[in-house]
Amino acid sequence: MLDQTLNGLPAKPGVGYKPQHFAAIMADPGPVGWLEVHAENYMGAGGRPLAQLRHLAERFPISVHGVGLSIGGEGALDRDHLDRLKQLCDWLNPASFSEHLAWSTHDGAFLNDLLPLPYTPATLVRVCDHIDQVQDRLGRRMLLENPSTYIAFAETAMEEVAFLGEIARRTGCGLLLDVNNVHVSGTNQNYDPAAYLDAFPLHLVGEIHLGGHDEDQDDQGRRLLIDSHGTEVLDPVWALYAGVIRKAGPCPTLIEWDNDVPDWPVLAAEAARAARLLEPVA
Amino acid sequence: MNQTLFAQALLNPDAPLPPGLVDPEGRPAPKRFSVYRNTVASSLTRVLEAGFPTVRALVGDQFFAAMALIFLRSHPPRSRMLMLYGQEFPAFLAGFPPVAHLGYLADVARLELALRESYHAADSAPLPEAEFQRLLGADIAGLRLILAPALRLVRSAWPVVSIWEAHQPGGVPHLRAAAEAALILRPEFDPHPHRLPAGGAEFISGLLAGQTLGESLELAGAPTDLAAVLGLLISGRAIIGVSE
Repeated sequence: MLDQTLNGLPAKPGVGYKPQHFAAIMADPGPVGWLEVHAENYMGAGGRPLAQLRHLAERFPISVHGVGLSIGGEGALDRDHLDRLKQLCDWLNPASFSEHLAWSTHDGAFLNDLLPLPYTPATLVRVCDHIDQVQDRLGRRMLLENPSTYIAFAETAMEEVAFLGEIARRTGCGLLLDVNNVHVSGTNQNYDPAAYLDAFPLHLVGEIHLGGHDEDQDDQGRRLLIDSHGTEVLDPVWALYAGVIRKAGPCPTLIEWDNDVPDWPVLAAEAARAARLLEPVA
Repeated sequence: MNQTLFAQALLNPDAPLPPGLVDPEGRPAPKRFSVYRNTVASSLTRVLEAGFPTVRALVGDQFFAAMALIFLRSHPPRSRMLMLYGQEFPAFLAGFPPVAHLGYLADVARLELALRESYHAADSAPLPEAEFQRLLGADIAGLRLILAPALRLVRSAWPVVSIWEAHQPGGVPHLRAAAEAALILRPEFDPHPHRLPAGGAEFISGLLAGQTLGESLELAGAPTDLAAVLGLLISGRAIIGVSE
């Protein structure tokens, strides 16, 4: 059974909020029971973004999803950024806060991508230390998301699932299971996504992500999947998701669509597809 | 793995690939690494395209993309708040030889940056009508106005407001070879640049520096259309308080 004590998100579909959908969501959210926002887009001092978020938060549980903490970074966490995050969470009191097993900042430069790290005893200690700092500062438990990756590291010494599980054990954080990332990374790293999910500690999962991906080729001409968030969720990902839900029960499930964002009905239809898979087990 | 080498290779296509990055069989994988390099470049290019649409329209999409790539590699964001990314873009444009003949380009970029700052600035409430009425009876020359945090002033030797207007949907070019100053006001959520009359920029600068109305008017010099400037401030809900 999934851990429903991790957060206050309902076990329904949610969507990544885009400002162009504001009126449509307020008029009729359809199957959508909650919304996720990227923390960094709401760190301004005022204006429309914060006004919209205030209205949305009155009607929907909100998940704050950070993309800039650089938890996997070699350097120290950015205190100012962590303070801004605390300010946002204190104001909004979101149902959930999550971040990534990745790094994005180095030597003061923000690279605006979720970059990979090797899984070693040293990186494990560093990531756990950063998560301890985040949870202490925010005064709340966070969820850590499994990444999509394109390269491997010669020095990697642990499986990703074991690495994530050990982080959760040491820090008490929960996990955000991105099923599209499992499919993308499994294809790219030559492992079976279904086996990865069989090994995944589903009892620690507080939220699931589903998104679209593109296809490219690697140096050897083999299939390389790109986590693009620019299309519908593809069939292999739906199949993996159905398996997770059958095994673990209903879970808050986000449709992520960040690039080439479609009109609301298209996004709502994706959420409805997730709702149909959630219902029989609810 | 060393994140310094990784970061350098992301921003510099000529830098060697960091050691130890491999495919699942342990072979070197430069094409796989290039996915990260491309994502960094394309995601930051999209931020600049969204932030500087008029600059982009002036130089064309392809030229802008190539120029954005050079800029972002030399000036990666220093903050995770990308809403304000591109602070150094106007200075970069002013010193970028291929656009040296477009003298106004840097000022158009400054205007677009100021519009974005205004969009995200703190909310404020205008001074109530009754308070205005009460003040009109006093010595208004001695008043200091407190202006909205979303107000921005952009002065230029070029007709920046006219250039900006010509590139809005339905905008018609009617360019004048004149210096223009833009007063950006955000009555609610949408900032808009207004063309200031002669002396208006000096007057607003005075107010922003905490000078009284009388002192600011003096800075502006004689035939300033004070009524027009005050009218803009009032209709733009930009006067949020006074101190006497």
